[in-house]
Amino acid sequence: MAVVSDGAGMLRTADGVPLKQALARATRVNKIKAFLLVAPLLVFILITFIVPILDMMTRSVSSPEVVDALPKTIAELVKWDGTDLPPEAAFAAMAAEMSDKKNKFYLGKAAARLNFQKSGFRSLFNKSQRKIKRVKQGPFKDAFAKIDKRWAQSATWNIIRNASGRYTDVHYLNAIDMNRDPAGEIAAQPKIKRIYVTLFERTIYVSFGVTILCLILAYPISYLLATLPLKTSNLLMILVLLPFWTSLLVRTTAWIVLLQANGVLNDLFVFFGIVNDENRIRMIYNMTGSLIAMTHILMPFMVLPLYSVMKTISPTYMRAARSLGANPFTAFVRVYMPQTVPGIGAGSILVFILAIGYYITPALVGGQSGQLISNLIEYHMKKSLNWGLAAALGGLLLIGILVLYWLYNRIVGIDKMKFG
Amino acid sequence: MKTFKPLSVALVGLFAVGFASSASAEAITVVSWGGAYTKSQINAYHKPWEAKTGNKVNSEDYNGGLAEVRAQVEAGNVTWDAVDVELSDAIRGCDEGILEPLPLDELPAGADGSKAADDFIGGTLTECAVGEIVWSTVFAFDKTKMKKTPTSIKDLFDTKNFPGKRGLRKTPRVNLEWALMADGVATADVYKVLSTPEGVNRAFAKLDTIKGEVIWWEAGAQPPQMLADGEVVISSAYNGRLFNAIMVEKKPFDIVWDGQVWDIDLWVVPKGSKNFKTTWDFIKFSTDTQRLADQAKFISYGPVRKSSFPKVQKKMQPHMPTAPVNFKNPLQNDYEFWADNGDELTERFNAWLAG
Repeated sequence: MAVVSDGAGMLRTADGVPLKQALARATRVNKIKAFLLVAPLLVFILITFIVPILDMMTRSVSSPEVVDALPKTIAELVKWDGTDLPPEAAFAAMAAEMSDKKNKFYLGKAAARLNFQKSGFRSLFNKSQRKIKRVKQGPFKDAFAKIDKRWAQSATWNIIRNASGRYTDVHYLNAIDMNRDPAGEIAAQPKIKRIYVTLFERTIYVSFGVTILCLILAYPISYLLATLPLKTSNLLMILVLLPFWTSLLVRTTAWIVLLQANGVLNDLFVFFGIVNDENRIRMIYNMTGSLIAMTHILMPFMVLPLYSVMKTISPTYMRAARSLGANPFTAFVRVYMPQTVPGIGAGSILVFILAIGYYITPALVGGQSGQLISNLIEYHMKKSLNWGLAAALGGLLLIGILVLYWLYNRIVGIDKMKFG
Repeated sequence: MKTFKPLSVALVGLFAVGFASSASAEAITVVSWGGAYTKSQINAYHKPWEAKTGNKVNSEDYNGGLAEVRAQVEAGNVTWDAVDVELSDAIRGCDEGILEPLPLDELPAGADGSKAADDFIGGTLTECAVGEIVWSTVFAFDKTKMKKTPTSIKDLFDTKNFPGKRGLRKTPRVNLEWALMADGVATADVYKVLSTPEGVNRAFAKLDTIKGEVIWWEAGAQPPQMLADGEVVISSAYNGRLFNAIMVEKKPFDIVWDGQVWDIDLWVVPKGSKNFKTTWDFIKFSTDTQRLADQAKFISYGPVRKSSFPKVQKKMQPHMPTAPVNFKNPLQNDYEFWADNGDELTERFNAWLAG
């Protein structure tokens, strides 16, 4: 509290309020105004971006289905040691909860959740629900065993018990090709079911490939755009933007027409005798197709940031470098290129992040070797309805991107990124 | 104030118009698969129903699956009223409680007086769904590109006598069944064999023999296109799409009906539909004898009511999956099997594809 309050020296406004206070008030009003101006955007981002992401992230670890449907059974199962069979009390609780009509909705969800762990749970639950209703008297252990012999196996009950927590790591385990065995230990999936790690690797590798291809192809174009006289460069710009404005599906389909076995390109090859009619080159429905189509579609995202950065580089720098004795190559590499790094960084990050989440194009032209992780996410969102696994796969992808972003910041510096 | 007045008047007017129209007639949203199929429904169901009741049908397209229905039900904001789904989704959605149970005994009797429960062919009425059509997955070939004529499902897997690329749908469904049938399993035993681990291995081993020759499709419009482009010489496809390509677009394709796997499409209502009564009225209307027979005028999918068969146009009858000449070796898609094993087999199928 060592404030020196020298009344005589304090600056005041005309109406006697200390200047400091008046200034603070003025800036506060401005701050509130500024905040109110961005508030709509903030609310919009919060509702349409942050909340859905948080919701999906929660889904990737939550698994309330089983405990919601069978709370009493779970309470009994927790006491059980996991060997042999659970006590009769667990069977009785299960019978009561399965016979409860109001519980049907939750039982359906629980069965779907368990079916992801072990095929057959869906029909086992349905069948048992239908039949156990008629059983009024215990012992329920025998009644269940009579309905289906799986109820007399400890593995079945272990799977239920393992899925009984409100929170689970099983979606994340599945997303890296692992699972929990009935004893609850983490184990690798059998070889025939491993897929996600391969696809993650492939996705990253394709995205890098596309980014580098885009960079190699876009750099000269952007240079031309930035250095040619306005009239010509405008025309070139239209050539860049026209595909950008065309629907994604149209562009992808156009590539199918061009690249397929009986497509334009192969017809030309055959016509000029480069390949014979029997050995037409397969350029689509495989990885090549994915790479070509994605590179083309993402190209504008590389060209535009590069162009806007190159446009600001004064030609006098190059002239100065030349006049100081550098040959054109040295001048370009040592003077021009370093100045374009912000554009390279911005374009590469844009292209890479877009590529990593691509799914329509690989789905259409990727065939069996050109599928990416997002195709599986889409499958789990829309077809299998395993939203937990889809969320976990998406979560891993998000973490991967954040790590890359952090790396980029460490190596290049995010403040150097420039979109224009 | 002066500038606000016309605006507020206009707004009030708009509300009034909206209110008036919703009071006199209701609008329901009916969702289906798009293309020639939705068109056939609009002509056979929507238009006559609108003319009869004065209500309005908003037709929307989707791509199958229950994801949207589930999202709407979970968010408590159901905007779809009737949805055209496959049987496995109808069963599954009902089990998971995201579909309304339907008062099936209110369905109108057949034109010949038989009760609805008897008139609908077996398995096409379920707790939450009312069947509409029978459709089939078959395979077809380009007559100009094939030296020999394929006749059985074995020929699809015979790359020696029938060389060239094949189109198959990118899913284990139908493909595993066909692989077993081509490997010599009797049609009636397919699902029994497929329920064993050895059976699944056997099916994948058979698929392995043509893996390098397959181009996988996902959307129903793709296979006729791939056949027309010469990208494949033989391909699985939905029979309605092939009918369109052969009869309307005059493509030189031929259908092989041996081993056709048939399935049904049904109406369901998402739980919490705001217009349940009107929607139910629409469903009852659209699945009566006449409407189902009418639909077969526009697309070659078969009606699920027995009383509709005789009313189907003569010229359409040979193209129906259920026509006796086509229905010699059919397999019904086993929704129980796929509801149980679909997740696991698809996982394995995807791994097999990527490997």
